[in-house]
Amino acid sequence: MGLLKRRHSVLPGFGLTFGTAVLYLGLLVMIPLSALFIQSSSLGWRGFWEAVSSPRVVAACRLSFTAALTAALLNALFGFVVAWTLVRYRFVGKRLLDAVIDLPFALPTAVSGIALTALYAPNGWVGRALETWGIKAAFTPLGVVIALTFIGLPFVVRTLQPALEDLDLDQEEAAASLGASRRQTFRRVILPAVTPALLTGFTLAFARALGEYGSVVFISGNMPMRTEIAPLLIMARLEQYDYAGATAIGVVLLVLSFLLLLAINLLQRWSGRRHMRGV
Amino acid sequence: MGGMIQALRRAPAAGSARGGQAVTEPRWMSSLLLAVSVLFLVFFLFLPLAGVFAEALRKGVGAYLDSFAEPAVRQAIGLTLTVAAVAVPLNLVFGLAAAWAIAKFEFRGKSVLTTLIDLPLAVSPVISGMVFVLLFGLHGWFGPQLAARGIEIIFAVPGIILATLFVTVPYVARELIPLMQEQGTQDEEAALTLGASGWQTFRRVTLPNVKWALLYGVILCNARAMGEFGAVSVVSGHIRGKTNTMPLQIEILYNEYNFTAAFAVASLLALLALVTLAVKALVERRAGGSQSADEQPVEDEV
Repeated sequence: MGLLKRRHSVLPGFGLTFGTAVLYLGLLVMIPLSALFIQSSSLGWRGFWEAVSSPRVVAACRLSFTAALTAALLNALFGFVVAWTLVRYRFVGKRLLDAVIDLPFALPTAVSGIALTALYAPNGWVGRALETWGIKAAFTPLGVVIALTFIGLPFVVRTLQPALEDLDLDQEEAAASLGASRRQTFRRVILPAVTPALLTGFTLAFARALGEYGSVVFISGNMPMRTEIAPLLIMARLEQYDYAGATAIGVVLLVLSFLLLLAINLLQRWSGRRHMRGV
Repeated sequence: MGGMIQALRRAPAAGSARGGQAVTEPRWMSSLLLAVSVLFLVFFLFLPLAGVFAEALRKGVGAYLDSFAEPAVRQAIGLTLTVAAVAVPLNLVFGLAAAWAIAKFEFRGKSVLTTLIDLPLAVSPVISGMVFVLLFGLHGWFGPQLAARGIEIIFAVPGIILATLFVTVPYVARELIPLMQEQGTQDEEAALTLGASGWQTFRRVTLPNVKWALLYGVILCNARAMGEFGAVSVVSGHIRGKTNTMPLQIEILYNEYNFTAAFAVASLLALLALVTLAVKALVERRAGGSQSADEQPVEDEV
């Protein structure tokens, strides 16, 4: 195996641990995922195109894409503000706020789903208030965006936090002493320095939102053509034993996720960071 | 919210060498930013979390506790514990093996292996479940052979375990790899030079060095294993009293308008999530305060 030329090391156990890892990933991840691609290739181009170009599939994919994008943009904006206040300001309750950011990672998606629905439904605490302004949140595309914003929040905050902590205050001072206003300093000094992290967080949130299922299905109402997301449509196809239709949509989602994963890797190489803190 | 902003502690201006206005926002601006961020977190994190417990206890503690007497709920709790008891140890062993190989050795294709470990995080939960239906479902590749031998995987417990294993692969490994890479191999080399065996070195040197990260990885893996919904939903078949895990039981109760019971089961998982967050905060404090935002010099005052 010329591929696996390893540097000479005195530590034992490379063969055993490497073999275990590769075997485990192969059986559990690689073989099942390739099954998806092989199954979809048996459809042929024509069958594939027919499966993914029906109006219901197009509507579901469009909703998944636009809602995920909107949620990721909201997270980029509000996540930036949250990360900024957590890094730069000192206030009562900061530890609690910082700890609770990871809630969407830790809370099972079904729990998030029913909790958000109860809150934003017309008889819920927030939904009732929105109703008086004529805004319907639950069971509309807005509900989908709310759920996806919840899911994506920690990605942006946790990638931005270390980048903001690493900022060199001397540069901000220099900018200010050269006569830059705070706004100019922010735009010309701070923002360019954290842009890679911001983009990485945005892409991570977007990728996660694209495939999200549990937190969305309760709040969306699941009306075909209106509030049905792509993962839910896969579920519906599988329940009808329409494996071909389900695989075709699955491949579209999976290819999109892989492209985003690639973008994240490139972004992280650009910013020189491999891991975000705590995730 | 007003109270919270009013209660801001002023950073001692004399204690900071950079007390000047040069690197701060105007006071109204920082108050506004803080208000926006607190309001955002209240509406998206605190209220949903509080809502779970409020809904669960809406009809009183008696009704809350009665929810757990239901046989279907008990079965769901039992199955969730079983699935986690299988999935977490397997992923723990895998995580340790993968981290040892990746962090302590140099080999070609390492970045491919790391990407593969992260892959399940990028895959939609529904797809994670679907791939096993394609392999083992009645109309899947191995479905007919399995059916002929009377082996049930899909719509049965083995399928639920497989789907859970798939989605929880990355958690332990991802916590260990960056830490073990940072620690290098010097400690282990020293132990080996002093005559320790490979296994002794691992147990006495490596393991104590990474125990907090390992604990957090296991806790995260467990939280995801117990809470996974989409992937498990595809392979479970929702057979009452047989193949429902806690999240699936929540869905069933919710769709039957049995909100008290749905939120009662949800409250258990929410408590698990809170424990996970607490352990994370603890582990971060243990793993050196230098990374904690709180202990950085405060450069700004509000």
